[in-house]
Amino acid sequence: MERKRILAVGVGGQGILLFSRVLGETALASGTAVAMSEVHGMAQRGGVVETNIVLGGIRSPLISEGEVDILVGLEPVETLRALPRARQDTIIISSTDPVIPQIVKDGLAPYPDLEEPLQRLKETFPRVYLFAGEQMAREAGTGKALNMVVLGALAGLGILPFSRDSFLEAIRKLVKPKFLEANLKAFEAGFAVTASS
Amino acid sequence: MHPIITAKPRDKLLLLGNEAIVRGALEGGLRVAAAYPGTPSSEIGNLLFQLQRHLPGLYFEFSTNEKVAMEVAAAAAASGLRSLTCMKHVGLNVAADALMTLAYIGVKGGMVIVTADDPFCHSSQNEQDNRYYARLSGLPMLEPSSPQEACEMTKYAFELSEKLELPVLLRTTTRVSHARAVVEVGEMAHYEGSVKGKFEKDPRRWVPVPAVARVRHQILLEKMREAMILADGSHWNRLYGKGPRGILVSGVAVNYVLDAVEELNLSEQLEVLALGFTHPHPAGLLTDFLKDKEIVLVVEELEPYLEEALRVVAQERNLQVSILGKSTGHLPRLFEFTPGQVKEAVARAFGLDYSRPDPPDLSWVPELPPRPPTLCPGCPHRETYRVIKEVLEELGELPRSIFPTDIGCYTLGLLPPIQMADYLICMGSSVGSAAGFSVATDQRIVSFIGDSTFFHAGLSSLANAVYNRHRFTLVIMDNETTAMTGHQPVPSQELRPPELEDRPRIDLEEVVKALGVSQVVSINPYKKEEAKAVIRPLLEGEKLAVIVSKAPCILYRARVKR
Repeated sequence: MERKRILAVGVGGQGILLFSRVLGETALASGTAVAMSEVHGMAQRGGVVETNIVLGGIRSPLISEGEVDILVGLEPVETLRALPRARQDTIIISSTDPVIPQIVKDGLAPYPDLEEPLQRLKETFPRVYLFAGEQMAREAGTGKALNMVVLGALAGLGILPFSRDSFLEAIRKLVKPKFLEANLKAFEAGFAVTASS
Repeated sequence: MHPIITAKPRDKLLLLGNEAIVRGALEGGLRVAAAYPGTPSSEIGNLLFQLQRHLPGLYFEFSTNEKVAMEVAAAAAASGLRSLTCMKHVGLNVAADALMTLAYIGVKGGMVIVTADDPFCHSSQNEQDNRYYARLSGLPMLEPSSPQEACEMTKYAFELSEKLELPVLLRTTTRVSHARAVVEVGEMAHYEGSVKGKFEKDPRRWVPVPAVARVRHQILLEKMREAMILADGSHWNRLYGKGPRGILVSGVAVNYVLDAVEELNLSEQLEVLALGFTHPHPAGLLTDFLKDKEIVLVVEELEPYLEEALRVVAQERNLQVSILGKSTGHLPRLFEFTPGQVKEAVARAFGLDYSRPDPPDLSWVPELPPRPPTLCPGCPHRETYRVIKEVLEELGELPRSIFPTDIGCYTLGLLPPIQMADYLICMGSSVGSAAGFSVATDQRIVSFIGDSTFFHAGLSSLANAVYNRHRFTLVIMDNETTAMTGHQPVPSQELRPPELEDRPRIDLEEVVKALGVSQVVSINPYKKEEAKAVIRPLLEGEKLAVIVSKAPCILYRARVKR
């Protein structure tokens, strides 16, 4: 397949590791070369987390500035923070539901008004998909399935050479039975966002 | 059962580098493993802990520190069993005393020492380059560049170790340990029941009194010569391409270099030597590599370890070749590399035109709030800090108070609004440095240490404080687990995973009293007023005192209760 570099960003606790595991298992099952780099340890304590995922035979499991083909954001401020690693034609998928940093809760920094920046985001990049991912996940059964909404949106782009079924298969393999139905629903909701536009 | 042990030969799994090390070790017939957790090595121990009940004849323990873990593994290897210990880079400092002399006495069964380095200090207090431990100790070292190599090299490391009768260092970095990629696995060893080794007495080998040590040092040097020949012929040292220009590379940067060479269309003009067997350096292979080169770029993270080895080879063989790397400013000694940075260095070294794609206009992006890692909402450490701070405030002692801290989640107490972490060196330094501050200053000293860190490196420092009559208050934050690295067990824990139900419990308060501390209290930090009343006299006084603040990590409690 064509080489692709996908950068997923979010906040510790949003389920970014499961997002990348499912994507990786989907690639493996589809016979596509995949490598990724994950964040473990201290940064998971409410900090910024990211997973770099490279497909199609790229060896380096890390993505540099100007190399991101698809930027996947689980949180809007983190999407904005990751933009220096984007190119002019990077495709952007992002949830717009904020996770307020502790430092903001403690009154030590403001959380920016996102309306204008998200508008400028759409004007700057050719393909930008924004949606209230956590809201959609809650409607699917649990806000925790935000990661599957975002995965669905990535799958719905139709850029990656993996069928919808192969994603669903990987979700079934990795998600605990108790949460499976909500996760599958969340994936479908995300899929519809990008597949229909 | 876990797919990592059910997978058949040639099956492909998506494995973390650390998981691949475990699979490789199990293919190699690992029998005894011991570890103290530390990012980026922790998943190795976690997985072995989880797997041992499915694998009769595999023993794993979380030891109280890395030195103990290394000694456990060393004795098993001296008894003829294959053993492994794993630790983060700074963990090897703790185990270094054992390491240096273990190199003299060696092993019988294969022994692998995994050292997981952390360039950029993602989860660490420094970014030391542990390849120098291989040079310092004289032990052979392998460096995987991917999960696939991590799996295969671990298995090979046992064979190498037995051939040389020396432990083998397997050195990873965060980007190898925490890379996840497709691994084609080999065949698992058989785990069908308890296997015991036998320790054969041989004091002239195993007891390095000076007369023995002098002999064993000579033997070690002879083995290094043998190891260099093995490195020269090792299939872990690979050549790619051909040409009068060259790149010498190791570790995760192998990937960055091979991608850069391909993307810059250099495969026809340039030879890459990717080293996996990096100590002793393969002098013969490096000589052959240098012979027909005009210019060589060395690409390695952190210190100029290979670069210096290459210069030595060039000087010894009188080879005129231009060697580029850190000393020439092509690449930094700081932090981890990125693929783009390596591509730029390669382009610059060989006079190619390359620049990164034009960035988009981002002038409109507003200032974004930082998101440093913080203590979880509801974390008991927050409550402990609050209780101590309020008492010090009420006593008017806060302005003259200093807070030596230690390694754990609670180090995050340095951030506002808590700001009660003033001095830190390493595991256990809260206790030792408090002793120093109590001698050197008139300030009030309140030190913080976690339960696991206290067992790791606090016990002997506290004995020192009692004996030498130091005055400070030590707060042991007992959250029943080693929280930061993923909830590994602690000898004092009451809340236990089912596998450890039958273990004796070592009570913290009793240990502290037994060490001779006369003022010891336990508090529940959530019961604020009660706690404040109990600790007030201790924080007013001038004597050594210990406060055990007991409340389980909320994440751990949720996990165990599930």
